[in-house]
Amino acid sequence: MTMASACVQLCLRCRSPVCTKAGASTWKIYTQLQRCISTTRIPTNISSGLFSTRDHRTVQSGVRWKQEMCYYNGLMVKYLTTEAKDRKQTDELSRSDAVVPQNPLLPNTEALLTTESHTSLADLDAPELSPLEEISSEEAISISVPSIPPMSTTLSDYVDASETLTKLVQLGVNLFKLEQRPNVGSMLLRLDFDREVAPRLLFLKDIGVEDSRFGHIISHNPFILTESLENLEARVNYLKSKNFTAETIASMVSRAPYLLNFSVKRLDNRLAFYQQQLKLSASNTRNIVARLPRLLCGSLEPVKENLQVCKIEFGFKENEIQHIVIAVPKVLTANKRKLTQIFDFLHNTMKVPHSLITKFPQTLNCKFLRLRERHLFLEYLGKAQYDPTQTNYISLDRLVSLPDEAFCSEVALASLEDFDFFQKTL
Amino acid sequence: MATPAIRMFRRLEGLFCVYKPPGVHWKLVRDTIETNLLKGINATPPQALPHEVRFLLQPSSDPEAPKGLTLTAASVPALSKHPLVTGPEFQHIRVGVGHRLDASSSGVLVLAVGNGNKVLNDFYQTQVTRDYTLEGEFGIASHNFSDTGRIVERSTYDHITLEKLERVLAVLQGSNQKALLTYANVDMSSQEAYEMAAQGLLGPDGKSPPIMTGLRCIRFQPPKFTLEVQCINETQKYLRKVVHEIGLELRSTAVCKGVRRVRDGPFTLRDALTRHHWSAADVMQAVRQNHASKETEKKPRSPAERPVAQTREDRETVTSQGDRQEKLLHHKSWFQHKK
Repeated sequence: MTMASACVQLCLRCRSPVCTKAGASTWKIYTQLQRCISTTRIPTNISSGLFSTRDHRTVQSGVRWKQEMCYYNGLMVKYLTTEAKDRKQTDELSRSDAVVPQNPLLPNTEALLTTESHTSLADLDAPELSPLEEISSEEAISISVPSIPPMSTTLSDYVDASETLTKLVQLGVNLFKLEQRPNVGSMLLRLDFDREVAPRLLFLKDIGVEDSRFGHIISHNPFILTESLENLEARVNYLKSKNFTAETIASMVSRAPYLLNFSVKRLDNRLAFYQQQLKLSASNTRNIVARLPRLLCGSLEPVKENLQVCKIEFGFKENEIQHIVIAVPKVLTANKRKLTQIFDFLHNTMKVPHSLITKFPQTLNCKFLRLRERHLFLEYLGKAQYDPTQTNYISLDRLVSLPDEAFCSEVALASLEDFDFFQKTL
Repeated sequence: MATPAIRMFRRLEGLFCVYKPPGVHWKLVRDTIETNLLKGINATPPQALPHEVRFLLQPSSDPEAPKGLTLTAASVPALSKHPLVTGPEFQHIRVGVGHRLDASSSGVLVLAVGNGNKVLNDFYQTQVTRDYTLEGEFGIASHNFSDTGRIVERSTYDHITLEKLERVLAVLQGSNQKALLTYANVDMSSQEAYEMAAQGLLGPDGKSPPIMTGLRCIRFQPPKFTLEVQCINETQKYLRKVVHEIGLELRSTAVCKGVRRVRDGPFTLRDALTRHHWSAADVMQAVRQNHASKETEKKPRSPAERPVAQTREDRETVTSQGDRQEKLLHHKSWFQHKK
């Protein structure tokens, strides 16, 4: 609060020297700056520099402050900086006909006093430009109206001004989603495209990620842009040391954007967990991780829970669980409640034995409603026969994986409308 | 200026009905529909980005230029209007739900999109009747009257015959009919009451306890039986309780194995969209169809044009009409009796 009030004072003091020519616009900037400082969005060195000098050399600090303010604008808009310098020049020129001293850089207590006491008067006395007066095109260019609000709830105000954001949009990054996450918006704004973003994109390109996936990766994990390059490299090297091929790593990174944000230790932990808990061979572990890289990113607790559910609640043997996981790794990350619901229906209603479920583990991965309506339809038609040793056998795989049209024509031997009507009798 | 997305949304506004599968909460159905509609609407081609004039800094080729700064005016697309920045055009759609169905029951669920919500309110203020089919089973009683609940009692059901069941149903319907008149809020000995009864409009005014205006058995294979019910202001739990009470009345017990709504006002099973058709395109068609049927309803149809009952749904609508006539007869006899 003290900071903000000091700023207000400062603004009032150094208002008169500069509000001559580009009066209205600079005043706007100052009011904006007050808000800026109260929200501490400008770099801290501005305010600190300001406070050290404020006792004696107010005018000077005001000028410096102005420069820094230009710098602040330049943080977001590169090309505006130069314009701001321009404007400063014009300001300095215009000072000759204002009431302030000729050389504003020299501390002058007298001037300070006058400016302080005549803050409001100076405004009125200064020869202002009439709005009807014509100005030349050069002058028009030199007057720049800052169009960027100092703070905003959305990134869309800054997109046109910021080079980084513009490039990110062109890459296909969903800024709308990102700005809803806490602190991500300001993080993106602070990034410099050439220094920080481009090297990481080039790195991703080097490990084989396709250009079209960049948007997807950054939309889901913007923090990859703040991760240091050595870390990224170390993690990729770790994966390589575990005998993942380059293509696999590329596809894993593009499908699990957070993969490279986790430390080598954590990745190692995960890999060891899957290998030991499921007693898989190295190549099988690689296989399931390559197919579902999400396994390396998420928490291990739900996975442990799912394994316990499979073992204790469903009564699968260890080798059966192994087989299921190798065929459908998604079972490990599936919702426990949904998994139980499907198994309950498969085992208790459809009377499918464990051995058959192990043979067709993809049934555990399908939608419950789909399984139920198809089974009930087949039962209604008298075709629900899932035992491979008997005639008219219907494989569980075909039951769950075929699309509706194919299911009706090939498995149920009925028309799609009949299936639709049947669903309305459930 | 209407964008393609807005135009599409306008076409989606209105009433339609879906078939809610059993075991799914109605909120989930509503949310699924909303996300599907949003997906469909936002998939429309986005508008071209507006161009804005900006002064771009040009690397000045000749060093003589004053301060090496030249600004050139250029027209560039304003990225701040890009869909990736502003987000999808529609982020929420108002989807209203008509008379609810609880999780374990299934059937026709009326939904409204956008402006349709107003129509939905008016629609339910007119006290429409709804048709249900109730699957019951004798011999068991459970704590929540449904077959999934904890079983609290078992009993025999050999003595139950169709005649006995129908007698109980008739008694039940009679008492409900009486309730209908008490809640009708008109003087029973007035001309107004007679005219309303003659048109079949006699019914509760506003809130009332659940009233069944029609009740009959359509299938009887002990221990299983199926009832068809027309009712007002009901809840699915109340209907399950009715099955339970029928069981008790017959000196046995009964649970309700399924509650299925086959009609909600003018919406029948035939219009209902099943789970695979909950996409924007199908909903749009259903809304349009509903709109068209309302238009044709306004014009009086000659009796010869009335379609012959072919499917089950047809029969159901016809029975509801027949039911009304029956009710009307009932009222007439009642009035004669009074005189």
